[in-house]
Amino acid sequence: MATKFDLDDDGVVVIIGTGAGGGTLANELAQRGVKVVALEAGGRHLPTDYVNDEWDAFVQLSWLDARTTSGSWRVARDFAGLPAWIVKAVGGSTVHWAGASLRFQPHEWKARTTYGHVAGANLLDWPIDADEMDPWYAAAEDKMGVTLTNGIPGLPGNNNYKVFEAGAKALGYSQVSTGRMAINSQPRDGRPACIQLGFCFQGCKSYAKWSTAYTEIPAGEATGNLEVRENAQALVIEHDANGKVNGVVYADADGVHHKQMARVVCVAGNSIETPRILLNSNSALFPDGLANGSGQVGRNYMRHMTGSVYGIFDRPVKMWRGTTMAGIINDEAHHDPSRGFVGGYELETLSLGLPFMAAFLDPGGWGREFTSALDGYENMAGMWIVGEDMPQETNRISLNFDVKDQFGLPAPNVHFDDHPNDVAMRNHAYRQGMAIYQAVGATRVFPTPPYPSTHNLGTARMSEHARDGVVNRWGQAHEVSNLFVSDGSQFTTGAAENPTLTIVALAIRQADHIAREMNAGTL
Amino acid sequence: MTHTASRPGLTRRQLLARSIAAGASFMVGAGFVAARDGAWAMQTAHLEPRSMATLIQMARDIYPHDQLADEFYAIAVRGYDSPEAAPAMEAGIAALDAAAEGHGHASYLDTHWERDRVDILRGMERSAFFQTVRAGLVTGLYNQPDVWPVFGYEGESFSKGGYLARGFDDIAWL
Ligand SMILES: Cc1cc2nc3c(=O)[nH]c(=O)nc-3n(C[C@H](O)[C@H](O)[C@H](O)COP(=O)(O)OP(=O)(O)OC[C@H]3O[C@@H](n4cnc5c(N)ncnc54)[C@H](O)[C@@H]3O)c2cc1C
Ligand code: SF4
Repeated sequence: MATKFDLDDDGVVVIIGTGAGGGTLANELAQRGVKVVALEAGGRHLPTDYVNDEWDAFVQLSWLDARTTSGSWRVARDFAGLPAWIVKAVGGSTVHWAGASLRFQPHEWKARTTYGHVAGANLLDWPIDADEMDPWYAAAEDKMGVTLTNGIPGLPGNNNYKVFEAGAKALGYSQVSTGRMAINSQPRDGRPACIQLGFCFQGCKSYAKWSTAYTEIPAGEATGNLEVRENAQALVIEHDANGKVNGVVYADADGVHHKQMARVVCVAGNSIETPRILLNSNSALFPDGLANGSGQVGRNYMRHMTGSVYGIFDRPVKMWRGTTMAGIINDEAHHDPSRGFVGGYELETLSLGLPFMAAFLDPGGWGREFTSALDGYENMAGMWIVGEDMPQETNRISLNFDVKDQFGLPAPNVHFDDHPNDVAMRNHAYRQGMAIYQAVGATRVFPTPPYPSTHNLGTARMSEHARDGVVNRWGQAHEVSNLFVSDGSQFTTGAAENPTLTIVALAIRQADHIAREMNAGTL
Repeated sequence: MTHTASRPGLTRRQLLARSIAAGASFMVGAGFVAARDGAWAMQTAHLEPRSMATLIQMARDIYPHDQLADEFYAIAVRGYDSPEAAPAMEAGIAALDAAAEGHGHASYLDTHWERDRVDILRGMERSAFFQTVRAGLVTGLYNQPDVWPVFGYEGESFSKGGYLARGFDDIAWL
């Protein structure tokens, strides 16, 4: 019998969202004996329901509530209503994620100090560093079963990887491998090894890829300390006269509103919904939104500098066979301003099925230039570029009062302009990516524009001082002691690496802190 | 959509006998459009058959793949034969034909060279009509599982045990 907590039980920790941050935090708190109610806007889908079809899976799992876009980024034109690709389901975006699990490089915790002043960028050092994070990273890698850590062998390379590796070596790169992936290369933790399905972005039907949906969540539920309430969409967080939060108002599957009382509230709705909930929770005490005294809630939105490169060869590659992200080149990840930009980037293989390739290769493109590229689909190899983008105050999530969601709340508007550093880095990465494929005989190469954001970061940033950000070193709101931010919104800066390992490590660390403070009676 | 031309009570020969040519590729008759060779036929209830033929041609001109039969394009646009969609489509096609006339052709379907039809389409690229048809094709055409093998794409593999034992790393030319 699944645990149930009363709506008026004010001893529970309420977590909003069950993805990388929220799902991990829920389990880690439950393991430490803390009672948790996790509110999840989406339903519960497990590998048996996942569909190995790109559009069907997209419709089944994506966050499709009303959103708007503005700014000069091409996504605002190509996908005006879909700024980000985020999952709405138990497990959050860890259902769709590819599994790349890289630690930040030490200097990336100190971007302001390392890069110096960059005009137009709101750079800031994290209040924590690599040494402090080391044990939490180790715990996260062990939990997620990351390959090439903990003695776990790497995954075998698929066709797409082999082309990528050969090109990388021809170009003189030395740090190319099948990468650190939260995908089992051998059975581990009750889950089997990857069978190279090739639908990592649609949910792994074989359980080989780590996702909170079928690891953290059931483990937490088994303790009897965790109730996951699915189809429960948090609307606003409420507080008492002293400015401490005391519960979360949510809508159930029938749209009926309830308030779940809480001792502590942790927000982990991914970096668009998290600031939106805070902004929508404004009150006489918090006129600009909950915990927004600094005015930084929603600002410094980062999405990583991204793009893709596809190459067509004179012979078949069949890149869709096997893991979607099958290899990583780390050689460009370091900071070397002589390249014309600060920070670095990773190159990672990527493959899309024909339906998504048609939608994303050159959004809006048509005619023979476009279709002749798709005619080469079988002979195509692909890679994704992911690098550090500059936090900018004007890149932000704000409330769009002209557009309401299904609950009548203002929709989030996502505004983004590339920083010149992002553009310089992308151009460098396009050149390198195209050179990799040309080095192994590509007859045609495509520098493909960024897709809707899969990495959404920074909208409730961590800062030493209350004036500079939203949360402190524990993810605790500077202004509200029993309110935490537990997802990628905390990121002070984005680093070059895919964010999830860091989100998970921060969540484990935060759980440890919350449990300790609750036991000590200080929270 | 039927693979061999047939309508209730009509043989393929009778059907074609009741139709006239529409452009180089299609035959149209009362309530249907068919392939020139009768390989397939599609009934229309809300769109003029000639308009449906125009849409199919336009679909091919937007996403031309010479290895794909017209039938796939017909499937991709047949959803516009509905009471809701048809009026806007008829208006869009009228504008398309008017543009063709402006380029000195009798109609869009009677514009024989692809490059001339593409010129006409470029001129209306920003119209809602063009954008609706183009955007609809991205899923309407490329999300047809029957189209995938033409491009070599193999789709789902779970039912076959993944690609682990089925060539995930079989590249031999590197
Ligand atoms: C296709 C794809 C591939 C990716 N590949 C990688 C990769 O290889 N490596 C990597 O590191 N990262 C990858 N990512 C990114 C990764 O998935 C995210 O960074 C990570 O999941 C974010 O964690 P999160 O906790 O912030 O949010 P999520 O995991 O998105 O979880 C947020 C959850 O909150 C719920 N929620 C939101 N609002 C509310 C509300 N109001 N009430 C209740 N619930 C709410 C959502 O439904 C969702 O379940 C990928 C993402 C995608 C889409
Ligand atoms: S390739 Fe591996 S990780 Fe990806 S979906 Fe398949 S089994 Fe899962």
